[in-house]
Amino acid sequence: MDISRRTVSDQGWREAVARLASGKTTLLGLWGDAPNVQMALIDESAGAVELLTYACVDGQYPSVGAQHPPALRLERAIRSLFGLEAIGSPDTRLWLDLGCWDVDYPLSVRSMPRSGLGRAPSRKGITEQRAPYAFLPVEGEGLHQIPVGPVHAGIIEPGHFRFTANGEHVVRLEQRLGYTHKGIESLMAGASLDRGAKLAGRISGDSTVAYAFAFAQAAESALGISVPPRAAYLRALMAELERIANHLGDVGAICNDASFALMHAQTGVLRERVLRVSEAAFGHRLMMDAIMPGGVRRDLTGADSTAIQLLLAEIRRRLPRLIELYDNTASLQDRTVGAGIAKPEYVRQWGAGGYVGRASKRSFDARRTPGYAPYRELRFETPVLDAGDVNARVWIRIREIEQSLSLIEQILAAPPSGPIAAEVKGSGRVCDGLGLVEAFRGDVLVWLRLDTSGRIERCHLRDASWFQWPLLETAIEGNIVADFPLCNKSFNCSYSGHDL
Amino acid sequence: MRRTLFENITHRTLTEPPPAPDEAALRELANQANRVARVRLGRSLSIRQIDAGSCNGCELEIHALNNAFYDLERYGFHFVASPRHADVLLVTGPVTKNMREALERAYNATPDPKWVVAVGDCAADAGIFAGSYAVTGGVKDVVPVDLHIPGCPPPPRKLLSALIALLE
Repeated sequence: MDISRRTVSDQGWREAVARLASGKTTLLGLWGDAPNVQMALIDESAGAVELLTYACVDGQYPSVGAQHPPALRLERAIRSLFGLEAIGSPDTRLWLDLGCWDVDYPLSVRSMPRSGLGRAPSRKGITEQRAPYAFLPVEGEGLHQIPVGPVHAGIIEPGHFRFTANGEHVVRLEQRLGYTHKGIESLMAGASLDRGAKLAGRISGDSTVAYAFAFAQAAESALGISVPPRAAYLRALMAELERIANHLGDVGAICNDASFALMHAQTGVLRERVLRVSEAAFGHRLMMDAIMPGGVRRDLTGADSTAIQLLLAEIRRRLPRLIELYDNTASLQDRTVGAGIAKPEYVRQWGAGGYVGRASKRSFDARRTPGYAPYRELRFETPVLDAGDVNARVWIRIREIEQSLSLIEQILAAPPSGPIAAEVKGSGRVCDGLGLVEAFRGDVLVWLRLDTSGRIERCHLRDASWFQWPLLETAIEGNIVADFPLCNKSFNCSYSGHDL
Repeated sequence: MRRTLFENITHRTLTEPPPAPDEAALRELANQANRVARVRLGRSLSIRQIDAGSCNGCELEIHALNNAFYDLERYGFHFVASPRHADVLLVTGPVTKNMREALERAYNATPDPKWVVAVGDCAADAGIFAGSYAVTGGVKDVVPVDLHIPGCPPPPRKLLSALIALLE
């Protein structure tokens, strides 16, 4: 991946924000690295990634969110974790910090030595935290509020949804997230690469392969390690198995939320078969810890390869019947067609990836742009639709399952031979690296900086959900409350991946 | 010989009617049958799953318990939407500081008798997330735990065997 790194002044930062706001670039991430803030941008047409560093003056930086709303939650997170303030931001409420921690600005304390580089953390946060969270006001006749969560009715992650409804219709949804915040970035600081990879694999259990992949990419790019071709192929094999398993689960779960349990039962069987084959081949049903910096932990045997081929045949045999079932069940289509539309202009502005983006005209796929090994050597299509509704997000998943099946076939047909891991050791200098991997729900970004011995100084991980959650708020508007579970499932945003 | 047989036909039978069953023995047997029936037929537990901060890995495997391979409901378990309907709280994750109150409230909303089953390595002692400013600890640090199922995440078969043990 080509990354241009720049340390910018006020003017350079503002110019970058202007380019972002005009749609010339897309926001990949915005995070704190006290006393600095960093912003990653991508020019989608050229595939060029820019990494900007701005040295905060008195703990302040010019707000990106003021010009470009997708940055707002990221800025609020930076404020809560680092105490760095985005000047000019229209929304300064804390994010992730729900007032339950014993510290203010937990990451600024860690990354700021006692000698006092930068400013001491302000205690201003305390009073704000004690005051009840200010949900956005909604005014009008006959409106009522429905608070939901953090504990939801089902086997799901926790989060709070504040609905304002007019009768059955949702007028506004406001999310409040952060319940699963585990402080992972603080645990990353000072960790070895080995421990870092384990943590990365537990950011979001459903994307453990993608996260471990992105983390490994970041570490390898920092240390200048090139991964053996066979390892790259095996990584892609795992990533596509993960994508298939999740998409199968999602298609079933979406139909189940429309009370069509038959599909859920059928896709559940296929998903279980994928997990069992994954366990046999890679030692873990979700393939946790199978990818590490340098390569992969375990080679694929001939027997594993055969088992995967049998699995592909089974899915290829059963999937068409399920697709037909989905397509020909009018009562199901009645629920999914036209429900929860994510507008293409928002999707483009937010840079929403995965099925959320592709169901609304955005074709971005990190496997292609900026692209990484081994996908340049493999043939695949990125399906794109324009309806942006629940139905379109189901179809994108179905088409992606088909593409992943084809990718795995190509991988198994001609895997390169050779070692499965390169040696990893500290470079003797402070270095940083970026990884961008296409997880099943969209692109996952990992940035890290290593010290001279190869330990992690700072690591930031940005889930695809950061740019999808806000669009769910827009997509549910005007839909009936009873359709929320359906719309929510079709987005299937990660809580843990977002909350960190 | 013939005479004796004729006499037997013409005479009334000597066998007396049965005595009334012994009340005490009956009660004892009924209790016994009741116990067996409860074990065999009436064993049913309602589970409320609570994610107290997990990475979602445990949830995936708990979900899998409902697929055709494991079919949890055949053992009398079923997942319910409210802690007020639950016998068992199935709690995953290290308990984050942000989720602590919600877990306590869910526990208090669950009627007695209740069991708490902590699922996954994080649920034991916060696992890999131990020591973070944002994590309280394991589930036992917040609510009393009856059973812990280790694993990262525990595969469905392991979850199943532990839950069945809870029934027995």
